[in-house]
Amino acid sequence: MNRRGSFELALPLLLALVGLLAWEGLVRALAIPSFVLPPPSSIVAALVGDFASLARSALVTLAMTTLAFAAAVVFGVGFAVLFCQSEWLERALYPYAVVLQVTPIVAIAPLVVIWVGIDHPDRAVFILATIVAFFPVLSNTVLGLKSADRNLHALFRLYGASRWQTLVKLQLPSALPLLLGGAKISGGLALIGAVVAEFVAASGASSGLAWRIAEAGNRLQVAKMFAALAMLSAVGIGIHTGLAWLERRLLHRWHESALPRAEE
Amino acid sequence: MSASVGGSDRGALLSIAEVTKEFATGTLAVDRIDLAIHERDFVSLVGPSGCGKSTLLRMIAGLVPPTTGRITWSGAKPRLGFVFQDATLMPWASVRKNVELGLELQGAERSLRAERADVALALVGLGDVGKAFPRELSGGMRMRVSIARALAAEPAVLLMDEPFAALDEFTRERLNDELLALWAEQRLTIVFVTHSVYESVYLSNRISVMSGRPGRITDEIQIDAPFPRDASFRSAATYHAYCERVSRALRRPSPSSGGR
Repeated sequence: MNRRGSFELALPLLLALVGLLAWEGLVRALAIPSFVLPPPSSIVAALVGDFASLARSALVTLAMTTLAFAAAVVFGVGFAVLFCQSEWLERALYPYAVVLQVTPIVAIAPLVVIWVGIDHPDRAVFILATIVAFFPVLSNTVLGLKSADRNLHALFRLYGASRWQTLVKLQLPSALPLLLGGAKISGGLALIGAVVAEFVAASGASSGLAWRIAEAGNRLQVAKMFAALAMLSAVGIGIHTGLAWLERRLLHRWHESALPRAEE
Repeated sequence: MSASVGGSDRGALLSIAEVTKEFATGTLAVDRIDLAIHERDFVSLVGPSGCGKSTLLRMIAGLVPPTTGRITWSGAKPRLGFVFQDATLMPWASVRKNVELGLELQGAERSLRAERADVALALVGLGDVGKAFPRELSGGMRMRVSIARALAAEPAVLLMDEPFAALDEFTRERLNDELLALWAEQRLTIVFVTHSVYESVYLSNRISVMSGRPGRITDEIQIDAPFPRDASFRSAATYHAYCERVSRALRRPSPSSGGR
C-alpha cells in the first residue's frame, strides 16, 4: 500500500481511538450510570462475554440480508429487463414499484407479519428486506439498459442481432456499472430492512441481531446493546466491502470509474 | 443540373430514386435524392453539417426507412459494413471480441471468428493488440479497430459516416492512405460521408455535393485522377483544381428551396 493509502486508513482509526479514550474518560469522570451510557471497556467485555450468541445472531442476520439482497437483485434486474422489452409493461408497472419504494417499510411491516410472519417471522423479514432493497437495483438497471450506445444498437440491427443477443451482448454489459452501483445501495438497504423487519416481526422464535438488541434493551443491558450494534456495523461494513470488491473486479479493465485517478 | 443524375442508371449496384426523409418532428432531412452507386465505386457525400448526409447513409444501410422514394440493390442486398464517426467500440470487450462482433451476431463458429478477426486486425496494421481493451488504445488505433470490425464480416459495401473527423490531421491522412489501399485490395465499394473537401477529393472517384437542409444533391463531380494515389497527388495541380471545384459547388446556393 502506498503512503497515501495507509494514511487514509490510519486517520479514521486514530480518530476512533481518541474518541473511545475520551468516551471512557468522560463516563468515568462524570460517573454516568452504566445503563445510560456504558464505557467502551464494558462494551468490549460484553462483546467478548456474549461472543458466541452474538456471532450466531450476526450470522443469522447476515444470511437473511444476503438472501434478501440476492432476491432483490434477481427481481430488480428481472423486472428491468421486462420493462426494457415492453414500454407498456413499464408504464403499467413502474408506478407500483415507486409506491413500494416510497411507502415506509415500518408501516408495511405489521401487515406482512400478520400475513406470513405469525408462525414464520423469518419469512416476514425476508419479504420486507427484499422490498426495501429491490428498488435501487430496478431503477438503476432500467437506466443502464436504456443508455446503451445508439450507434452500437444500430450496428446490432445491421448485423441482424436477435432481441436476446442485443440484451445479453449489448444492453446488460452497458448496464453493468449502474447495476452494480444500485446493488451497493441495495446491499445496505437489505441490512436495514432485515433489522427493521426483525424489530417488528420478532418474537422469541427469532434470533437475528435486531432481536438481541431488543432483548438486551428490555433488560437494560445497554453494554450488550452496544456490542450487538458493533456487530451489526461489522456486518454492514462486510457487505459493503464485498460489493465494492465485486464492482472493482468486474469493471477494472474497462470502466472509467475504476481507473486510477489522474495525477494532479 | 438534371434532377435524376443517376437514379435510372441500369448498371448500378445501388439505385436511390426520389428518396425523401421527413422526421416525425416535421423536419425535412433529405429531399428527392437520386444517386447511383456502382460496384467498386468510392463515392463521397460532401455537404455542410445538418444536410442529411448521415441520414442518407443510414437509409442506405437500412437502419432508417425513407419516407418516400426507393432504395434498391441490384440482386440480393450485399453484406454491409458501417463505420461511425466515433469508433463506437464496446468498452467492456477486448479488441478481438469487438472485431468479432458482426460474425458472432451472425452465428459464425469460434474458430472462423478468430481467424477472420486476426486477418482483419492485420489488415489495419493492428496484429498485436487483440487482447487490449479499447480504452488502452489511442483514438487513431480505435478507429482502425472499428474499421477492422467492419472488415471482419467481409462486407461488399462499406458505409462510412465521417470516420476520421475526430482525428488529428496527421492520423487522418495516414488512415486515408490505408483506406485507399484496403479499398483496392478488398475490392470494396465505399460510400463515404465527410465535410472535408480535401478528404473527399483525395479518396473518391466520384463526389456528390449536397446542399444544406433540406439536403439535396446539387452536383456530382467525377474525380478522374488515377489510382493508386499518394501524397504527391495532394500537391498536384489537378488535385487543387478539383478541390476548388467542389468548394465552389458547396458555396452555390441551394437551387430549389422555393422552386417547387
